[in-house]
Amino acid sequence: MNTGSPPPQLPMSLAANPRLSSWVKVGPDGRVAISPGKVEIGQGIVTALAQIAADELDLDIGRIEMIRASTVASPNEGVTSGSLSIQQSGRALRHVCAEVRQLFLAAASDRLGVEMSSLAIADGIIAGPGNVSTSYWELAHDVPLDRDATAESVAKSAEARSLAGHSVQRIDIPDKVFARPRFIHDRPLPGVLHGRVLRPGISGAKLVALDEEAARAVPDLVAIARDGSFAGILSATEDGAEAALNALRKGAQWSAGEALPDEDNLAGFLKSQPVETTVIDTRTSAGARPAVRTVRRQFIRPYIAHASIAPSCAMAQWDGDRVQVWTHSQGVYLLRADLALVLKLPVENIVVEHMEGAGCYGHNAADDVALDAVLLARAADGRPVRVQWSRHDEMSHAPFGAAMAIEIEADLDGDDDIVGWRHEIWSNGHAARPGRAAQPTLLAATEIANPYPRMISSNPPAANGGGGDRNSVPLYELPAWTITSHRLLTMPVRTSALRTLGGQGNVFAIESLLDEIAALRGEDPVEFRLRHLRDERAKDVIRAAARRGAWKPQKRTGIGHGVGFARYKNTGAYCAAIAEIEGAEDIRVRKLTLAVDVGEAINPDGVINQIEGGAIQATSWVLKERVRFDRSRIISTSWTDYPILTFSEVPAVDVEIIQRPEVAPVGAGEAAHGPVTAAIANAVFDCLGVRVCELPITRDRIIAAMELAP
Amino acid sequence: MTTIRFKLNGAEMSIDADPDQTLLSALRETQGLRGTHFGCGAGECGACCVLVGDHAVTSCDTPLWSAADKEITTIEGLGTAERPHPLQRAFIAEQAMQCGYCVPGILISAAALLRQNPSPTETEVRAALDRNLCRCAAQNRMVRAVLRAASELAAS
Repeated sequence: MNTGSPPPQLPMSLAANPRLSSWVKVGPDGRVAISPGKVEIGQGIVTALAQIAADELDLDIGRIEMIRASTVASPNEGVTSGSLSIQQSGRALRHVCAEVRQLFLAAASDRLGVEMSSLAIADGIIAGPGNVSTSYWELAHDVPLDRDATAESVAKSAEARSLAGHSVQRIDIPDKVFARPRFIHDRPLPGVLHGRVLRPGISGAKLVALDEEAARAVPDLVAIARDGSFAGILSATEDGAEAALNALRKGAQWSAGEALPDEDNLAGFLKSQPVETTVIDTRTSAGARPAVRTVRRQFIRPYIAHASIAPSCAMAQWDGDRVQVWTHSQGVYLLRADLALVLKLPVENIVVEHMEGAGCYGHNAADDVALDAVLLARAADGRPVRVQWSRHDEMSHAPFGAAMAIEIEADLDGDDDIVGWRHEIWSNGHAARPGRAAQPTLLAATEIANPYPRMISSNPPAANGGGGDRNSVPLYELPAWTITSHRLLTMPVRTSALRTLGGQGNVFAIESLLDEIAALRGEDPVEFRLRHLRDERAKDVIRAAARRGAWKPQKRTGIGHGVGFARYKNTGAYCAAIAEIEGAEDIRVRKLTLAVDVGEAINPDGVINQIEGGAIQATSWVLKERVRFDRSRIISTSWTDYPILTFSEVPAVDVEIIQRPEVAPVGAGEAAHGPVTAAIANAVFDCLGVRVCELPITRDRIIAAMELAP
Repeated sequence: MTTIRFKLNGAEMSIDADPDQTLLSALRETQGLRGTHFGCGAGECGACCVLVGDHAVTSCDTPLWSAADKEITTIEGLGTAERPHPLQRAFIAEQAMQCGYCVPGILISAAALLRQNPSPTETEVRAALDRNLCRCAAQNRMVRAVLRAASELAAS
C-alpha cells in the first residue's frame, strides 16, 4: 500500500499547455518575454504575473516584457474570468519559471565547471565562487525551452521571494497617464476603414426592408454590407461612418420584436417561466430541534449592465479565406471557436489577438463587436476594418447580468435558533460565453441570413463555482438545508456573465436574513455570524473588519451600520465588510471597512485596488443600478437613464489585507460585491428599521418597505 | 470646409475642416491625438475632456467651430514622461486607476480645477470630477492623487 505523498502534478494551465517556450522566452539581449494566456482587463494582472516570473527567475522586473495573448502562440488558458488568473496563470508561470531557472543553472554549471549548488542568480547574472559568471543572455541559445514542463520542479519558498507580496507599481500605468496608446480604440491600423452596424431599437426585431439610397449619398462611404438582418456600413472616416449609419437607420423597416417582461414585476416574471430545476445541495440533521415558526423572505436583484466606460471595439482584416482579428475579448481562443462556427472556417484560418480595452466586468460586447468587424470586413477588399459600438448599443445590446428572485425560508426553534433553511433561486443562466457550445453565442450570429437561435444562458457547474447558485450554499453551520436553483429556459433579456454571477444576489439574501434573525434574537450580528462559523479564516476576516470598523459604533439618529460576509464561490477569497450609511430621504454610504484574505497577496496594493473598486462598484449597483425596459425595448441606453455612482457619492473605503504567504493565492476582483451589498442593506435596516429586499435600494423602495412594515 | 485657427498644445494650428465636426473627432482623426477618448458621444461621461482655455470641456459634443481662436490642451499637451505634469506624477504615485480609459479626461478636469483653485478641499475635488465617470471605481485613489498634486504645486 502506498503511503507516500501523491506524485507531483502540473498546475492546470500548464498541464494543458506544457511547452515551456509557450510561456517564457529568454532573449540574448537581456530581455525575457513572458506570455500568459490571461489578459489585462484593467485589473492589473500583467503586473502581478510579471512579479511572479521575475521572482522565480531572479530578474529585475524591468527586464520582463509581457506579451499580449494571441491564438498564434499563447498558451490557451480559456477565459480571463472568475478571479482565477492568479490561481491559474500565476501558478503555471511560477512553476515554469522555476523550471527554466533550474535549466539555466544546469547549463551555467556545465559552462563554468562549478557545482550548481554553489551558483547564485542576480538579475539574470549567474555567478559562482572565484568570480566566475555567465548569464541568461549568454546561455539563451544553449538552453532550448522547446520542451515540456516536468512536474518535479519546485518553486521558491515564500520567504525566498522578493517581489511577490510587495506592492510593485503597475507596468501599464505610465502609458495610460502619458497617453501612449495601449487601448485598441487608439491603435487604428494603417488604411483602416470605419464600420458601424445597424441594430434595432425594438428587442429581437428583424430587418424587413432597407432603403440604402440616403446612406449611399453620404461622403466617404465605401460599402453597405447586408446579410439577413445584419446590416452595416463601411466608411473611409469615422464621422462618415456615423453619418452613413444615421442615414441607413432612416431607411430601415423592422418587424415587431419579442415581448419583454414587466420591469416592475421581475419576481412574477422569473417565477412564471419554464425552468430547469437543480438541487444544489441538501443536508439533514437527525438531531435538529423542532421548528416553532418559519421566516420567509423574497429578495430581488434586477438586471445589471456592464456599462464599461468605453464602447466595445474590434478590428478585422481578411486575406483570402483567412482573417485576422484584434479584440479586447476575455478569451482569444474561445472567440476564435465561435468565429469559426459562424464563418464555417477551420480555426486555423482565424488569428485572434488581444489588445486592451476599458475595464471589463464580465462577458460584455467585446466578442460581439469582433464578429461585427469580421462580417463587415468581408466588404472591405482586404483593408482592415475597425468597428466601435455606440453608447446606446453598449447599454442595450450587450449581455446583462441576470435578474434574480431568491426566496429563503428559515425554520426557527423556540429560541429563534435556525433549525432548517431552504434557499430557492429563479434566474436566467449567468453564462453564455462564446467558444463553449456547438452553437455560437455572438450577437450577429442571430442576425445573419441563416441565423443561429439566441443561446439561452446556462450556469457553470458547481465545481467551477456555479452560476445563479454561486454562493448560495451557506458557509455557516446550519443543521439542515436545501438549496435549489431554477434556471429559466426562456431569455427575453439577453444575459451572461457579470462580476460574481449569482454571488451578489445570494450573499445579499443570505446575509440579510441572517441579520434579521440575529435582530430577532437580540444578538449582535457579528457575534451571531462568528457563532455559526467554524472556518477560522472566515472568522478572522469578520473579526478584522469589526475591529477596524470599531464595531459596533454607538447608535446615532440618521446613521446606520451593517455587516456582510462571504467567501467568494465558497472556495476563493474571504471578505467581510462593515458599512456606515446615512439614511434620510436617500441613502448615502459614508464609509466601507473591509477585511480580505486572498492567501498570498502577490501585489497587496493591487489587491486593495480590486477590493476598493469592487466595494464602490457594488455600492453603485445597490443604490442606483437597474436596467430599464418597457414591453418592447431596453430604455436605459445612456448614462442619464443608467446612472452610476459619481465622485461625490463614492464612500470612503478602508481595506485590511490578512496576508498569508504560505497559502496559495486566489483572485480579489469579485470578493467584495456580495459582502458590501449585504452590509449596506443591513445598515439601512439598522438606520431606518425596515428591510429593503429588492435592489436597488432607492427612495421609492424604502417608502414601499415602510408601508409594508407592521 | 472652413479654415479654423486655434492653439493646440501650445502650437498655432490652422485646419480646413467641417466646422460642425466634433472637436473630439478633429483631435483624434485629423490630428491623430488619440489620448482623448470617446465614451458616450453625449457629454455625459467626461472621457473626452480637453482644456479649452482653463476650462474642462467635453470634446465629443463640442463643435469644432467653437474652438476657433481658443487655446486647446489635450492629455498629450498636459505633460510627458520626460516633463510630467504634477497630476501625472501623482496618478502614478497613487496608482490611481484600474483600466485607465477614463483617466485622460479626469486628468484634464483635475488640471482645470487646479488652474482655478490651486488648493482645493477633498469635497471640491470630488465636485470638480463629478462630470467624469469611472466604472472601475478608482475614484478615491484619483482624489488622493489630485490632492497630492495640489500640495506639490503649492510647495513648488
